Amino acid sequence: MIKLERINKTYYSGAPLHVLKGIDLHIGKGELVSIMGASGSGKSTLLNILGILDNYDTGNYYLNDVLIKNLGETRAAHFRNKLIGFIFQSFNLINFKNAMENVALPLYYRKVGRKTRNRMAVEYLDRLGLKDWAHHMPNELSGGQKQRVAIARALISKPQIILADEPTGALDSKTSAEVIQILRDVNREGMTMIIVTHESGIANLTDKIIRLRDGVIERIDDNSGHDASRFNPDNIK
Amino acid sequence: MFDLDRWNEIFVTISRNKTRSFLTAFGVFWGIFMLIALLGGGNGLEKLISGQFEGIASNSCFFWSGRTSEAYKGFRKGRYWRMNNKDVEIIRANVKGLEVIAPMLSTWANSDNVVRGEKKGTFSVQGNYASYNKIDNHKMMFGRYLNDIDLKEHRKVCVIGSRVYETLFNRGEDPLGHDIRIDGVYFKVIGVGEGGDNISFGDDKRNSITMPLTVMQRIYNYGDRVDILCAMAQPGIAVSEIHQQIETILKANHSIAPHDKQAVNSFNLETMFSQVAGLFTGVKLLAWIVGFGTLFAGIIGVSNIMMVTVRERTQEIGVRRALGARPSSIMGQIMSESFTITAMAGFLGISFGVLVLQMVDLGLSKDAGETTVFQIDFYTAIVSATIITCMGTLAGLGPAFRAMKIKPIEALSEE
Repeated sequence: MIKLERINKTYYSGAPLHVLKGIDLHIGKGELVSIMGASGSGKSTLLNILGILDNYDTGNYYLNDVLIKNLGETRAAHFRNKLIGFIFQSFNLINFKNAMENVALPLYYRKVGRKTRNRMAVEYLDRLGLKDWAHHMPNELSGGQKQRVAIARALISKPQIILADEPTGALDSKTSAEVIQILRDVNREGMTMIIVTHESGIANLTDKIIRLRDGVIERIDDNSGHDASRFNPDNIK
Repeated sequence: MFDLDRWNEIFVTISRNKTRSFLTAFGVFWGIFMLIALLGGGNGLEKLISGQFEGIASNSCFFWSGRTSEAYKGFRKGRYWRMNNKDVEIIRANVKGLEVIAPMLSTWANSDNVVRGEKKGTFSVQGNYASYNKIDNHKMMFGRYLNDIDLKEHRKVCVIGSRVYETLFNRGEDPLGHDIRIDGVYFKVIGVGEGGDNISFGDDKRNSITMPLTVMQRIYNYGDRVDILCAMAQPGIAVSEIHQQIETILKANHSIAPHDKQAVNSFNLETMFSQVAGLFTGVKLLAWIVGFGTLFAGIIGVSNIMMVTVRERTQEIGVRRALGARPSSIMGQIMSESFTITAMAGFLGISFGVLVLQMVDLGLSKDAGETTVFQIDFYTAIVSATIITCMGTLAGLGPAFRAMKIKPIEALSEE
């Protein structure tokens, strides 16, 4: 599904910063994986590369057996739209569009007709229990509701993988648990999901934990028993 | 390109900051309004002034005598001389490229010199050739202008101006064939000229009476005297050519020094026409420069505001990019926004400009009875609309490129 081979990435703003130092990674279809690491460990950069938002310098990235390398902006946009669903910490809803229009946006860029995509958007909102909120603007929604709208938006394009960057970072613990539960449910339906987080409690709910440190993979923990939290003092639960 | 969603989006973004959009649009509106108003005003002025020349052949020149300024062939300087019928003959026989030569006599009116029954009035009298009509075309309200037989047979006939008709005849009365008394001699009215506010020699055409030159010379005891010589060049011949020839002949005939600059007065309509035409070319050029400059300032304003908008919407654009918006789609969005603001304001400005010109024109026409003059033509309007459309699109180009360069990661990391 996802195969990274010796990925290197250096930023050249000011002094050269070697952020990713030869990442090798394999993530299979339907896995629920979390990426953990301190700030500066390169986890955001890794996520950007996985999400085709950023280029890498050397190595190979295969997504669905397609080599994703040095794509033009237009092709990158095409792949993002088709293969990847994004969930952000700060939701990133467009604040002058209502919930339904926000959810329907990826389909707009896929040139789906207005009626069809709005109907689909309402369906997805319904699945996330937000049908009654379809015509509300983002500023009329709570944080948890906003993130659920964002999840619906990530799902509507039926992507191959979902990338979630600190999906619970802006939410209280109760809503966090709800949102994670939704993500787990989605994963159970077969969706490959990668969650970047620094909360070990969240990471503990995933099946595999990838620990990054200073641009290299320090360790990959198999967490199918969901018992990683035992070894961590900063547990949220 | 034309889908409802995009237009809806454009409308939403424009109306999100109404004051700013309005002020930006106003810059463009004012620019195009200035352009239209200046062009229309220039047009109107040109038509008003060129209306004065209507009916006058532009390839003509006129001569009248003055005092000599040089002694020559035994004559002292400061001598006054007169043109006569012989000059006309010689000029007609010798000047190459001459189409028409028409001598003219004119008198200023004595008080109540024209009488018909109880009615009387003061009007100036001119003696003309029939061919003068080719140089200064008389529009006839009734009847006809003089013809060659009138001159040859010395018929006592006359063409009267419209005011003369109004003074001597009752409203609606047929003047043709009636006699009027001019300076004691009876003349038959053969035509009534409309006259207008054209340029003319002597009095206003409406206030003057024209009779055959040959008759006037006899009745007023002028002998073979001629006051003014009117000449028209053949098509394709420059007026200055015949002008030079005629002047030379006149000087030779009347023993005037060849280099005497004051003895022969003349007036070349062609030069005057080209000066006036040059003036209006200048006015038009100025109108385009000023109008276009103002418009350009407005367009720069649009471009500027679009830059700000792009800056403000960085995060939104980043989200769109992450969700799969192609760069071209972002670019298209920004450009159509700039295009919409410019086009809407521009078309409104054109319409408003046309409306104002029309009102000016209406106000003017009431007292002058003119046809539409203070207006731009359809072609100019189309050109202006095209300029607006192109500039609106161009104004969006810079901001659109900036928007296109926004990388999703940079935009998303900006909170």
